[in-house]
Amino acid sequence: MSSSTDWPLWEVFVRSRRGLSHTHAGSLHAPDAEMALRNARDLYTRRSEGVSIWVVPSTQITASSPDEKDSFFEPAGDKPYRHPTFYEIPDGVKHL
Amino acid sequence: MAAVTADQKTQSTSGTAKATGTVAGTAGDPADAARLAAFDAAVAADDRIEPRDWMPEAYRATLVRQMAQHAHSEIIGMQPEANWITRAPSLRRKAILMAKVQDEAGHGLYLYSAAETLGTSREELLDKLHAGRQRYSSIFNYPTLTWADVGAIGWLVDGAAITNQVPLCRCSYGPYARAMVRICKEESFHQRQGYELLLALSRGTEAQHAMAQDAVDRWWWPSLMMFGPPDDASSHSEQSMAWKIKRHSNDELRQRFVDICVPQAEALGLTLPDPDIRWNEERGQHDFGAIDWTEFQEVLKGNGPCNEQRITQRRKAHEEGAWVRDAAAAYAAKHTTPPVQQTQHAQQAPHVEETA
Repeated sequence: MSSSTDWPLWEVFVRSRRGLSHTHAGSLHAPDAEMALRNARDLYTRRSEGVSIWVVPSTQITASSPDEKDSFFEPAGDKPYRHPTFYEIPDGVKHL
Repeated sequence: MAAVTADQKTQSTSGTAKATGTVAGTAGDPADAARLAAFDAAVAADDRIEPRDWMPEAYRATLVRQMAQHAHSEIIGMQPEANWITRAPSLRRKAILMAKVQDEAGHGLYLYSAAETLGTSREELLDKLHAGRQRYSSIFNYPTLTWADVGAIGWLVDGAAITNQVPLCRCSYGPYARAMVRICKEESFHQRQGYELLLALSRGTEAQHAMAQDAVDRWWWPSLMMFGPPDDASSHSEQSMAWKIKRHSNDELRQRFVDICVPQAEALGLTLPDPDIRWNEERGQHDFGAIDWTEFQEVLKGNGPCNEQRITQRRKAHEEGAWVRDAAAAYAAKHTTPPVQQTQHAQQAPHVEETA
């Protein structure tokens, strides 16, 4: 009999109510997707925190590297003109 | 509860197989009647419909049509402005314009992926656009003749789009509403850069001022047409309002836009090309002149100044980009698990065990 530590890790995403995106709630171990879903319900929505759950095997997530944070996101850093506040609009002009 | 991998997978089957024919309430299946009642109750309660919820087939079809047209408009809309990137008058203006055109591509992608939650595919939607079986906004069939057009598009075309899109942030379909929230935040930059550009021209030399005025004169009426036909001639409006896909009628939104633009034009020192615009004290709104709907119909039919050019350019860009897509796929195929197969295998036991 295999120990529960052999079970894969699943990332859990919960939609708190209709109209909102699923957001990452945490993770858990489970032997398969069905069990992961049920465990996620018990672990992360005991107080009705959600109306929908996604579980994704953690190994299936490709994440950007923290070491590359600077070079990876740097290109957006010197483009303040992508923000509306960059533009001078005369006082009193509304709805812009 | 069945475990499923993603929204996209299940909804396409549940929707097409089960929902057909229930809209009119004629289908005999009592389970479908119950589902329709639940759907109607959710819409009535201002709840959002999410991808895995049951929905009437006509609701799904309406959303696919509208979201596809919206997505197509974003990517076709890149063309008239991209026309001026190489000739922007300064590095500052060039960087801004490139950022804006890049945003339009991004908006297209948000909307195509939101449409894919309804069980269609981006490829299928693009095919329909290229074959002329789905539309994009008629506004993009007008040419950008001068640099001032970039400003007029930002102020008027993006301004009209924002007026249309803000209520869509509360659309009954969750993924569409969420895409619109993101898009509306970004549109604000588009509109302000256009207004600032026009203001610079309007306060510039006499020739620059005249160029700004000419651009506004040409873009004003087509911008008003962006809200669609008048309410009494709008074929899809009533049902879309009942489903809360649309929140306001075409004429309501058009009126709101006119009321917003009149003082903005004054602040620019430019006039709007409509002698009938005047404040109506009784209504608390501006009266404005009659729109030439024959022109609108002609552009829709394909007879606008740039229809042929826009779709030809789109097809060409797609075909000329084929080698990039092929190369990316060939590169991915050389590696052990291509991304496409990864998702399909995600639930299978052998794959799961590898992670232990």
